Amino acid sequence: MSVVFKSKISKLLDRAEDPSETLEYSYQKQMELLQNVKKGVADVVTAKKRLQLQSQKMEQQVVKLDTQARQALSAGRDDLARVALERKQFTQTELQSLDGQVVELETQQQQLIEKEQRLRVKLEQFRTKKEVIKAQYSAAEAQVKISEAATGVGEEMADIGLAMQRAQDKTENMRARAGAMEELEEAGAFDDNLTLGSGKDDIDRELAKLTTGTEVDSELERMKAELGAGSGADAPALGAGGDDINKEEKPA
Amino acid sequence: MIVRIATERQYRLPDETADRLNELDNEAVAAVEADDEPRFRQLFDEMLTIVRRDGQLVEEDELTGSQIIIPPPDLTFAEAKGEFTGEGLIPD
Repeated sequence: MSVVFKSKISKLLDRAEDPSETLEYSYQKQMELLQNVKKGVADVVTAKKRLQLQSQKMEQQVVKLDTQARQALSAGRDDLARVALERKQFTQTELQSLDGQVVELETQQQQLIEKEQRLRVKLEQFRTKKEVIKAQYSAAEAQVKISEAATGVGEEMADIGLAMQRAQDKTENMRARAGAMEELEEAGAFDDNLTLGSGKDDIDRELAKLTTGTEVDSELERMKAELGAGSGADAPALGAGGDDINKEEKPA
Repeated sequence: MIVRIATERQYRLPDETADRLNELDNEAVAAVEADDEPRFRQLFDEMLTIVRRDGQLVEEDELTGSQIIIPPPDLTFAEAKGEFTGEGLIPD
């Protein structure tokens, strides 16, 4: 089976040099690897913080757009309200995908930390075990056993290298995307085309437009109903109720 | 038998389970060749589920190589294709 898979991973192992040699002689190599993992974790944390900041900004944006839609409706400007609600929907979709990415980075960060600890344990174990094996077995047997153990550690080292590479690739992608989003935000270029990134075709886009349109329609109706209720005689929720509050605050 | 899920952990599994993994692996290869992503995803997920469910985690301080290495769980279909066309996860 994973003759295919196994051989690919072996290629990684090959590249990681002869594991037993690395382990026997190159303490520095191991320290470098562990250092790299630390750096990898730091990169993930940085990317995560940036996404979280962006997420906060978008939440504020959602609130703002919602308020704007209500204001526009109160002023009888349905067209403006619709634009605001469309933008709100777009921002919410982006927000969801951002939050998903933050969770993913969180998982990756945790995984790398655990892997680093595990590798440390294995390296320590190898150093100790090697001496025990040397003392207990004949030279030939010891060599076999040590090389078995070295394979285990070598595989762990190769695997942590693979995990790190994947984490970095993902972080890089997210960073690029976050950067692009920020630029668009600054340029004020939010429109619904952005809801769909690359890889979506025209049909997807049309379908999404339909869905978004329906959702915007229903939200618009909901808001109108709320505002309608608000302007009723004894509902001080918005606008019309303001006078009642003012009256009560005046000293009798 | 020792099985590693790449980027995660090593598991100890009964040899009979290896046969089942073998079948799934062959089917997965066929699905990739047929360009059938949903089928591939399903088979790959089943392999991972079996290993995680029936396998016993190899102790942290145990030093042993794996007989089988399953690719990382977040493997994309494009990467899976690369695996079978010889590019592999690690570019040359």
